[in-house]
Amino acid sequence: MSHETAATRNSVFTPFNVVAGIIVILGLFITAVRFTKGLGATTNLSDNNPWGIWIGFDLLVGVALAAGGYVTSAAVYIFGMKRFHAAVRPAILTGFLGYALVVLALNYDVGRPWRLPYPFLISRGTTSLLFEVGACVALYLSVLFIEFTPAPLEWLGFKKARAIVVKLTMVLTIFGVILSTLHQSSLGALFLIAPSKLHPLWYSPYIPIYFFITSIIAGLSMVIFEGSLSYRYLKHKMDHHHIETKDDLALGFGKAAAWVLTGYFMIKVIGIAADNNWHYLASGYGAWFLVELFGFVALPAFCYMLGVRENNIRLIRWTAAWTVLGIIVNRFNISMVAFNYHLPSSERYFPHWMEIGISVFIVTAGLLAFRFICTRMPILYEHPDYEPH
Amino acid sequence: MSISRRKFLGWMGAAGMAGAAGTSAQAGSNKQFKGYPDSMGVLHDITRCVGCRKCEAACNKVNKLPSPDVSFDELTVLEQKRRTDAQSHTVVNQFQTDKDGAPSMVYVKKQCNHCLEPACASACFVKAFTKNPDGSVTYNAHVCVGCRYCMIACPFEIPAYEYNEAFTPRVMKCTMCHPRLQEGKLPGCVQACPTEALVFGKRKELIHVARERIRNFPDRYIDHIYGEHEMGGTNWLYLSGVSFSSTGMREDLGNTPAGKLTSGALGSVPIVAGLWPVLLTGIYAINRRKEKIAAKQQADAVNQAVSKANEEADAKIKAAMEKAAADKTAAIEREVKKALEQDAKARQEAQKAAREQSGDEGSDEDKT
Repeated sequence: MSHETAATRNSVFTPFNVVAGIIVILGLFITAVRFTKGLGATTNLSDNNPWGIWIGFDLLVGVALAAGGYVTSAAVYIFGMKRFHAAVRPAILTGFLGYALVVLALNYDVGRPWRLPYPFLISRGTTSLLFEVGACVALYLSVLFIEFTPAPLEWLGFKKARAIVVKLTMVLTIFGVILSTLHQSSLGALFLIAPSKLHPLWYSPYIPIYFFITSIIAGLSMVIFEGSLSYRYLKHKMDHHHIETKDDLALGFGKAAAWVLTGYFMIKVIGIAADNNWHYLASGYGAWFLVELFGFVALPAFCYMLGVRENNIRLIRWTAAWTVLGIIVNRFNISMVAFNYHLPSSERYFPHWMEIGISVFIVTAGLLAFRFICTRMPILYEHPDYEPH
Repeated sequence: MSISRRKFLGWMGAAGMAGAAGTSAQAGSNKQFKGYPDSMGVLHDITRCVGCRKCEAACNKVNKLPSPDVSFDELTVLEQKRRTDAQSHTVVNQFQTDKDGAPSMVYVKKQCNHCLEPACASACFVKAFTKNPDGSVTYNAHVCVGCRYCMIACPFEIPAYEYNEAFTPRVMKCTMCHPRLQEGKLPGCVQACPTEALVFGKRKELIHVARERIRNFPDRYIDHIYGEHEMGGTNWLYLSGVSFSSTGMREDLGNTPAGKLTSGALGSVPIVAGLWPVLLTGIYAINRRKEKIAAKQQADAVNQAVSKANEEADAKIKAAMEKAAADKTAAIEREVKKALEQDAKARQEAQKAAREQSGDEGSDEDKT
């Protein structure tokens, strides 16, 4: 009897669970402050800096890192790379949770979150790129939800409903790629309206294309990165097939990421040339821009190539993590570091600890939801009663 | 009915031309909105401003904004550079400049410039901003979600937000006293200005007035009307004796109206929505066909291999059968031969026995 209690206690109070529990409690506390005292009490936002990390990280980074869903399902179902099939479900799940959390985070950031349906129901501001982002994110969240449902339906044993959803796979995949192309690029296009505020090295008429291409890089890298984390912590939930194909997946996606990163490097240089911004490279912002371009674009492209050439899965995994960090750096640069570059440092933005607290809380909520679902539903293994689709 | 390819293409071309001619496309045209005719505006002559903050006080009063901690009569406030915020729709800033070598103070009033094509209105995803025919740009708090994209978009850094309101935060900005204009009154700040540094009138006429002043006093003014073309033009116009950048106003904004900056990206949306299904379904179909062909080729190869193997096996069996048949005949022949031999031998022996039985002479004869 006493042994049993000890065992249960051990399984619940793991270091991960304790840390996650503290973060969740802190998150709930900040949530209460945010919704009773307002944005002023919880953020360092100001009239000059209306967007902080709740947009720069939770929205911009969140959406980019959730791109694995459309990238993987397009690779498998449209481009016919069926050997990566085992990666589809975890990628769709990550995408679905990612977008759900982005929408959750928006509720913290906007002044009157209960009005979030207004752009669609009350007053449609179709000249705004934010309208397009909102419409596409709302639609894509629904698409991801439907794409995700086969797993819970198998878990619950609803065979007929599952059969209907599986038949929609192709249509949903194509719809998902269209919506992702549109809103991933539109998140970058949001900044097109402010050429006087974003540093010329980061402002470019190509910024929507940059955002779309980096979302592909983010998607590919996240699938590799998240795959290695799952293998480490959820290996017992993986079936033979999943474990067998994971190295092949890292090689294939690593090769694709190397190619796309190389193309992205090229179009970034073309962007500088097109606006003749070379002289800015000699400034402090220029140095930081070069760190981003060489440290987080050229370097991972090279490391991916090397990893694929030498069959070095370890290197590919580390490169994937580094590339994900690079995406964060890029989005932070555009939304915060290089934004308002013309203002004196006293008028610049640095996040309040409560803002960071909410962002960490939301990432933790995502991890907990991912683990909850993976330990229960057929995500990392195939359900024996069903044919793979 | 059958149509030739040429005819079909001709029809398609005609349909395309008709479609292009029949509509007035906005996104790709050269059309520019030059403002509502007879819209009103204010000309701010920076050279006439003395920094008395009377306009700030009047603005605060007519807009029923909370009274500030420091009175509007306190001019030391000017020592710090300020911007519009949730409590003030307008602020006056002072700048030290040296015109013709002599250091002097200039005072500049800052408020919403009421763009002809406002960035805030273009950026708002609930159409909370309206460009009114009287020239003012007004805000509707009843639909505002509070995303603050208008504040990102505004090149003049004007809209402010009530961050400390937990439940009903609003974007705050100058309305050019739109409600007062409708009552036939002047904007509060214009009415309060003791030096006529602010002049209210039709924008078109104000531009004439400004040009006249520059022509009459070329030493007093620099030859530029700020707001005539900046960001596509604004209803608030400025005259200055020193460069505008030395009075905290940006001269690098360009003349492109904000809406034009995003129209390309917005215009590509229907193109992506229209072409992506074709492209993606095409890629899918190509892959399906490749798979089909590969499967067929594989099946063919297997069939070929099988039939070849079958033929070989048939030949082998045939050979074996033939061999077996040959062996069999040989065995039969051998057996027959053996039987015949045995038979002959038996017969011989029988004959021999018969001869032995018939007489010894006979046998002797045989031996010789």
